[in-house]
Amino acid sequence: MELNINGIQHHVDVEPDTPLLWALRDDLAMTGTKYGCGLAQCGACTVLVDGQAVRSCVTPVEKVAGASITTIEAIEQDDLGKRVVAAWVKHQVPQCGYCQSGQVMAATSLLRQVPHPTDADIDAAMVNLCRCGTYNAIRAAIHDLASGSTDGGA
Amino acid sequence: MVNGLFDDAPLMQQGPVNLSRRRFMLTSAGAATGAFVLGFGLPARQARAQAAKGPKYRGTQVPAFLEIRPDNTVRLQSPFIEGGQGTFTAMAQIVGEELDADPSTFLVENAPAGDEYAVMDSGMRITGGSMSVRNGYPAMRRLGALGREMLLQAGAQHLGVPVSELTTQPGQVVHAASGRTVNYGDLAHVAMDLPVPDPASVKLRDPSQFRWIGKSVKRLDIYGKSTGKVDYAIDVRVDGMLHAAVQHAPRLGMTVGSIRNEEQVRQMKGVHSVHRLPGAAAVVAERWWHARRGVEALLVNWVEAEPGAASDIRVMPADFSTEEFRKHLATVSGKEENAETRGDVTRGLKNAHTVVEATYFSQYVNHGQLEPPSALARYNPDGTLDIWLPNQAPDMFRADMARRTGMDAEKITIHSPLLGGFFGRHFLYDHGSPYPQAIALAKATGRPIKLIWTREEEFLRDALRPMAAVRFRAGLDATGRPVALDVVSATEGATEGLGTKRGKDLDPTALEGLTNKAYDIPDRRIAQLFVRNPATLGYWRSVGNSMNDFLYETFLDELADKGHQDPYELRLHLLRDNRRLTTLLKAVADLSGGWKRGPFTAADGSRRARGIGMASPFGSEAAAIAEVSIENGRVRVHEVWEAIDPGKVVNPAIVEGQVNGAIALGLSQVLLEETVYENGMPRARNYDGYPILALNQMPRVHVKIVESGEKMGGVGEPPLPAIPPAVANAVSTLTGRRIRSMPLSRHDFAS
Repeated sequence: MELNINGIQHHVDVEPDTPLLWALRDDLAMTGTKYGCGLAQCGACTVLVDGQAVRSCVTPVEKVAGASITTIEAIEQDDLGKRVVAAWVKHQVPQCGYCQSGQVMAATSLLRQVPHPTDADIDAAMVNLCRCGTYNAIRAAIHDLASGSTDGGA
Repeated sequence: MVNGLFDDAPLMQQGPVNLSRRRFMLTSAGAATGAFVLGFGLPARQARAQAAKGPKYRGTQVPAFLEIRPDNTVRLQSPFIEGGQGTFTAMAQIVGEELDADPSTFLVENAPAGDEYAVMDSGMRITGGSMSVRNGYPAMRRLGALGREMLLQAGAQHLGVPVSELTTQPGQVVHAASGRTVNYGDLAHVAMDLPVPDPASVKLRDPSQFRWIGKSVKRLDIYGKSTGKVDYAIDVRVDGMLHAAVQHAPRLGMTVGSIRNEEQVRQMKGVHSVHRLPGAAAVVAERWWHARRGVEALLVNWVEAEPGAASDIRVMPADFSTEEFRKHLATVSGKEENAETRGDVTRGLKNAHTVVEATYFSQYVNHGQLEPPSALARYNPDGTLDIWLPNQAPDMFRADMARRTGMDAEKITIHSPLLGGFFGRHFLYDHGSPYPQAIALAKATGRPIKLIWTREEEFLRDALRPMAAVRFRAGLDATGRPVALDVVSATEGATEGLGTKRGKDLDPTALEGLTNKAYDIPDRRIAQLFVRNPATLGYWRSVGNSMNDFLYETFLDELADKGHQDPYELRLHLLRDNRRLTTLLKAVADLSGGWKRGPFTAADGSRRARGIGMASPFGSEAAAIAEVSIENGRVRVHEVWEAIDPGKVVNPAIVEGQVNGAIALGLSQVLLEETVYENGMPRARNYDGYPILALNQMPRVHVKIVESGEKMGGVGEPPLPAIPPAVANAVSTLTGRRIRSMPLSRHDFAS
């Protein structure tokens, strides 16, 4: 199976129905993408497939062969992703941090589609769970990005 | 700077690497010329450090804690584990303040097991009970000051001047007379070889001169956590490792009988082997996905535990139901053991103008930390064992591993990566952690094993926050104020719930939050009616207070209503002789724009009300006000104001983050969470059946930190317990329906 991940072509020797998450973690040693629930409930495994947030724990690799996959490891190679990370640092968002790879990917996807999201847009898009309760910091960071006051240099 | 620090950390490396801490430390010592790596495999220095260890002072073995590198970064071995609560940053602030080194130059790791890191007053080492900063504060300040003394001594040798002529500035020894400076990193190789000075001799910095303690220093772990660069236990890899997954017995106590399709599963793609473990079946494979598919395909005949067999296991009965257990707790009679008495409650109730009686309930809840449990075990050729796992007490875990394996504890190296969620989940719970299984599988296969529990297997073996039914009887005087209070809680505490035998004394965690309330009620009794739980119990963020302050504070509002008292004014009256809590209660009212109970109509046209809750958990004080409305029959929380007084604080921004997080968990509990058992099984095995608070349910949060200057209290847990009652009291006011149990999702408020 050929996968285009972070602009690099990878060959992975897995069955077509293997979830992308486990190809990333076990075959490619890219462990920034997290396992949380395995049911697309928590969002810790979120990656971008052609720019869209996707739950890699329920996405078979065969469905994304030929697509452009972005993981947290390369998020700063993307201008918008780099700004999201900078906003996360500025707002000191993470606590335990385990869900934050997925949160950063989800926020990047949201801002790509809706550059100036309302609270309702954020509520609808940011459904990733955070047990530490960093939700208000996430919301503040996204609003900050939407208003354009956070650049990539924070 | 921060990302540079993380780039060097051993657990952050990409790809399959050998992660033996010992080997890494020695390698890095060899690679970085002049770097001073201490405390591991260096018996001479350890022996020297031993000399500085006295019964009076803990954590004085400076070389075991500090490595200062040639680039002036400070590597600190923290006695307390980082699980999101900000402890690593706080430790860098405290040590850095006295060492005279900027906290941003610190790289902090969880220290290995070992007596030298037992810095707590108790002589133990546990990250929990919101103890780290308040209990580590004196030792870690002293540690920094001792380190600075040693650097000054080395500076005197280096510059050839008397130590009395030297001072420091961040990261440097300074000789003012000649204008010369030397970086700590250039002195460390000499400094850390010097004897540790007498701990009694060091002079600590005057708090008025603090540069970092008390300031909102940026957290050290933010960039790494925002870019997926930090590794949790679940991410660790070692050479030659195999992956494992388990299928737990549906009920604790059952064992594997036969496996009907063992041979077929062994033939499945990628499967290495199939194993029988105590209370579980396991599949080992080259990849975890294969292990998981294999183990889910296993058809196991589970055998019931033998009735009456002596066992250290809490055998889960086949007919256990939380609904039935709730009824049992509400009606069971038995010995009532007094935990707190004042005055004469019998007389107080007899003389009361009105007596109010009600029974209140708390539910089981799961931890629900986002990182599923895992353990990586590796036997080494020399017979030693390395193990990586999330844990909040390395020495206790290591002792348990020694007991289970029959190995000498010294031959077990425990690695404690960052925790992907804390909340009390990573304490030592029998059957609650995968490490015994990982060790057994590593032994059986002769290969390193990384075992990850699926979320479903985690929900089956998580330790639960206890249930309780609390019978309240209160007497009101002629003015409608409470003068007598009798409280009997049918429950089992989390601590006594860890084992199968009850301790001699009452478990304080059973009743905390019913006991130690500051309200001036002259005649009272708080008692426990012990009821053994079939489920395995554990600590959940803010432990007994997580439920007991809900139970007490909502009943207090019921009393206020019965006595025609305003709940805010009544609390002020009952706290009239307590200046600290009066100040705090007024502070939260002010923060909310003045106490306004409602119901009232908000600007958006919704009907709303506000409620109050207070709590005195873990050495701190908290008061909260919540504003709620009803939307489509469900409670919506719009605003939460919380004032917290932890005495004094080390990092206000981290405190505010912890208040936000505790509010989220408190809301999650009161609005949504309940672990339901039917037929001995949890109904929910994943987040789909066990919803937790999501972003769109998070209210605006307003925090006021009150530094009363009282003894330093905890921060991670104390903001939680006031939240559930604040919400429930607001809902009672808004709907006119008395709320006596959680979660509110059990109630339909449409009508």
